[in-house]
Amino acid sequence: MSSPDRILRYVDALREAFDQEMARDPSVFVFGLDVDDYLGIQGSTKGLVDKYGPERVFTTPLSEDAMTGIAIGAAMAGMRPVHVHIRMDFMLLCMNQLINIAAKAHYMWGGQVKVPLVVRSMIGKSWGQGAQHSQGLHSLFMHIPGLKVVAPSNAYDAKGCMLAAIRDDNPVIVMEHRLLYATEAPVPVEPYAVEFGKARICRKGDDVTVVGISNMVMEAIRAAELLAEVGVEAEVIDPVSLVPLDMATIIASANRTKRLLIVDNGWTMCGASAEIAAQAAEACEGLRIRRMGFAPTTCPTAPNLEAGFYPNPGTIASAAWSLARPGTAAWAPSPERTKLAYQVQFKGPF
Amino acid sequence: MHSKDTISRLYRSVLRIRRFEEVAADIYPSDKIKSPVHLAIGQEQVSVGVCDVLEDGDWVGGSYRSHAMHLAKGGTMNGLMAEMFGKETGCCRGKGGSMHIIDVGAGVMGSSAVVGTQIPMATGYALAAKAAGRGRVVAVFFGDGASEEGCFYESLNFAALRKLPILFVCENNGYAIHEPLAKRRARPEGICAVAEALGVPATRIDDGDIFAIRDGAAKAVAAMRAGQGPVLMEACVYRWRQHVGPDEDYGAGYRERVEAEPWMAADQVAKLAALMAPGQCDAIKAEIEAEVAASVRFAEESPIPAPQELFSHVFA
Ligand SMILES: Cc1ncc(C[n+]2csc(CCOP(=O)(O)OP(=O)(O)O)c2C)c(N)n1
Ligand SMILES: [Mg+2]
Repeated sequence: MSSPDRILRYVDALREAFDQEMARDPSVFVFGLDVDDYLGIQGSTKGLVDKYGPERVFTTPLSEDAMTGIAIGAAMAGMRPVHVHIRMDFMLLCMNQLINIAAKAHYMWGGQVKVPLVVRSMIGKSWGQGAQHSQGLHSLFMHIPGLKVVAPSNAYDAKGCMLAAIRDDNPVIVMEHRLLYATEAPVPVEPYAVEFGKARICRKGDDVTVVGISNMVMEAIRAAELLAEVGVEAEVIDPVSLVPLDMATIIASANRTKRLLIVDNGWTMCGASAEIAAQAAEACEGLRIRRMGFAPTTCPTAPNLEAGFYPNPGTIASAAWSLARPGTAAWAPSPERTKLAYQVQFKGPF
Repeated sequence: MHSKDTISRLYRSVLRIRRFEEVAADIYPSDKIKSPVHLAIGQEQVSVGVCDVLEDGDWVGGSYRSHAMHLAKGGTMNGLMAEMFGKETGCCRGKGGSMHIIDVGAGVMGSSAVVGTQIPMATGYALAAKAAGRGRVVAVFFGDGASEEGCFYESLNFAALRKLPILFVCENNGYAIHEPLAKRRARPEGICAVAEALGVPATRIDDGDIFAIRDGAAKAVAAMRAGQGPVLMEACVYRWRQHVGPDEDYGAGYRERVEAEPWMAADQVAKLAALMAPGQCDAIKAEIEAEVAASVRFAEESPIPAPQELFSHVFA
């Protein structure tokens, strides 16, 4: 039964994807520190252990490296593991397994084994997350052939991407964002897959193309609203999946607007924004490009310093304005108007 | 028997940490501390007992739950409080917050919030201490959960192999976040056996007794100063507050207050106080209240970091 108007939070949409896929396919299991505790990863795995039992929903020792290898082995042996990390930073303990085994297994063993593994992790922000709880490390994974990387920015894509990731025969890194968890969108009740490699045009505009990644889609949409008030129409594109990457949609837009701004939730150096910019520059004549992302430094905890670490709707709008209106005076929206609902609501400790 | 001096020194140190954290927890709802706080309330005695036998020149290393270690080893209270407030005068200039603290002058290594990372790092300090040949030792504090990381085993193996002067202190509070040890280890009581198998002599103190912790550390440290290799001490304790955050969380969904009650009844602050003359306790309490209040004032009055601090210290 279809009910397209049902509104769900991002975190509940994720939960529904696990629930539906676990019901459909007994080879799917969800594991990782705290997936079966009373909070259930902010609610995204809540209740699953009661429904599917501790063989299919279980916590682990604090052993990310080996647990990743174990998941890879189980996947090769025919299961469909979903490994959960409460921060993307902790995936750094898994890199050997993911890059040397998961990414390469299918190729180096002549196509005879598959690794249908999902690794999901949350990116933290604000309330003193700091150096080791805030990193968006997607570009590390994008660099490696054999890994798919997706970054759903809304509840609809969260469910559809997770379902597609679980059904995919390749290792898929799903990057979630803590501050998106409470955001809401219409989410169909029935199972559906969001196809990887298909960007979403979130907002149409002819003056400047803005590509946002992960939560930066939300920030870019807010920036676009503010730009519209001063007569600049921004086209906002969400790539949804970073590998595979739908450059065709971005290039078509950039060819029309001739201005491309890429806003990443990660560093610009060798980052997703660098890749998108390079491919766009190779494909489009006369394109003006700007990139934004984490400041080239480590994330600090003092709130006033942290504020300078991230792009925000104000800085995005300013940058888009100067791309769209070269030669005019700089412009920035009033800081009061750049606040996002989810940031106003959010309060620590996590 | 322990001397009056030792008892009052331990009492002062445990109470000082307790009050520092209680005051920080009281401030927390005001949102002045925008940092995930992992309090040691109820388990301060491990840091205090171990640090009591350490000297200037020795090092300690720890996790995101390191306020106790920091204060017990002599790290400044002002620097710690100001760091939690995100101020320029904080021990990391406001860049680290509650989870990342340091006091190089006091021998407090930088604390790390990625579980287990401090274990090899401290082992490296011990390698350097041995190379320097001045009888300096290192103590590294970590939780029961951290003992499940590969780097724990690998570090113990190397430390034993090279006879490094390091005391591995496992603060076993029975939980990693909300997950009890029995869901993470087939042999929950087996941490010492693992260490022994790797060549690290290990002892377990199962009642959180501060004197046993101190005496165990004293013996291990004396042997290490004389050239012996690493030792592991597993101290069983109980975390009274949330894993992260200022409140209690009994009945929330993973533990009940009855489990905490025996530990609260064996509170080390009360136990030490009972061994002291009443007037003496009051004087110490008054001093501590003044010191903690002064640290809050210091933090409140300190400036926030200058904007350009965002980009300083990326490279040395
Ligand atoms: C490598 C890594 N994995 C997971 C986490 C998330 N995490 C933070 S604290 C913690 C529990 C650690 O438990 P334990 O070592 O017993 O220390 P305690 O908090 O009880 O003092 C976990 C899983 C992390 N910070 N780092
Ligand atoms: Mg613990």
